[in-house]
Amino acid sequence: MSDAAEFSRGPLEGLIICPVCDATYQLQRPKNGERAVCTRCHKVLIAPRAKAGMQIIAVSIAVVVLIIAASVFPFLKISAGGRSNAVSILDAALTFTEGPMLVLALLTAGFIIFVPLLRMLLTLYVLVPVVLDRPPAEHAIAAFRFSEALKPWSMAEIFALGCAVALVKVADLATVDFGPAFWMFGVLVVLVIVQDGYMCKWSVWNSLEHPKRR
Amino acid sequence: MELVGTPKKTVTARAAGLVACTRCARAWPLETEVCGRCGAKLISRDVNSLQRVWALWLVGLMCYVPANLYPMLRTQQLFSVDESTIIGGAVELAQHGAFGIATIILVASVVIPLGKFWAIAFLALSVREKGGYASRHRLLMYEVVEYIGRWSMIDIFVVAILSALVQLQGLASITPGPAAFFFALSVIFTMLSAQSFDPRMIWDAQADTDEASGNG
Ligand SMILES: [Zn+2]
Ligand SMILES: [Zn+2]
Repeated sequence: MSDAAEFSRGPLEGLIICPVCDATYQLQRPKNGERAVCTRCHKVLIAPRAKAGMQIIAVSIAVVVLIIAASVFPFLKISAGGRSNAVSILDAALTFTEGPMLVLALLTAGFIIFVPLLRMLLTLYVLVPVVLDRPPAEHAIAAFRFSEALKPWSMAEIFALGCAVALVKVADLATVDFGPAFWMFGVLVVLVIVQDGYMCKWSVWNSLEHPKRR
Repeated sequence: MELVGTPKKTVTARAAGLVACTRCARAWPLETEVCGRCGAKLISRDVNSLQRVWALWLVGLMCYVPANLYPMLRTQQLFSVDESTIIGGAVELAQHGAFGIATIILVASVVIPLGKFWAIAFLALSVREKGGYASRHRLLMYEVVEYIGRWSMIDIFVVAILSALVQLQGLASITPGPAAFFFALSVIFTMLSAQSFDPRMIWDAQADTDEASGNG
């Protein structure tokens, strides 16, 4: 119990609490490249990286461009018996168009195009002022909160695996050609995963709270 | 925390008279209602969350039944129309020799969803009673549910790609069946159900067991 009393007496800013298991620690910021891990449940609490902000911004811009390009250019082309059909990612998402299926079309388009796009834009909005040592943008906190809430609903990488499965299913029915958007989408998935690795949530919250003392 | 002054015995925020912000990990006095850093609502243990978990779980399960009964894909070839359910489609793939893909579909559409229903129910029940399984075991389960659950969506994307792509007038065409709609809803509701669960309750149950058996 003496430990417990010690925690509540000191400044609360000097503490960090594991969101998964409620374990409380005195805050000691790890060096760049190191990670602070909860000893009780092994959740990574802080994982700062040198120049992470700049890298995340660069990747976000690339992803925004790639998402827009990949959704309008032809994605896959199928041909059999002299007939052919080329589709973009947007076509694939909007394929459900009858009755309640329309809801499904909107959800699919959201999961693979709009949610990833929105997350990148929100990330840029939050991080650009922080990285340039400016005061945080207006509503930056709400923007970052929204971006974090959207995270599980951003499903570009799942769609990529879906493509692989679909290709095997079609293989004995027709010949499939890959359009430019297919390769763009491949790069995009890798970038989204890389960005997740760079992003340290705690560091972002901390710099939004103390914009000057970074 | 390995790099952050390691206490010999973990002290929970609740025992220290604090409440954690689960979104940004900031500490606040127990009676604080809103996080001053990120604006999240603060609650030490979200006990009422279990009702939300069960309600969403039930809707998800109710959607999963028609998802398996109705056809997922309607394939129209020259002279034949073929409607296949999720499991039927996987069996067909296996008969064609595509065992790898058949396995992916079965895992994503049957094993993961059913495992997820079972895991959420197990976790929600287990936090009510003290003791039982080691919490490491339960935590692993929670993580699996959290991170793998969304991959069930793959089947919907396969249907979307196939339906958009295979539109060869008169030769072959594929259209989505009603199961796609129910399956997507089922995945969404189970994701929401898992997100409503407060994992801190898993650890409380374990800590109580330790104290009761005198290992604490
Ligand atoms: Zn923890
Ligand atoms: Zn907070």
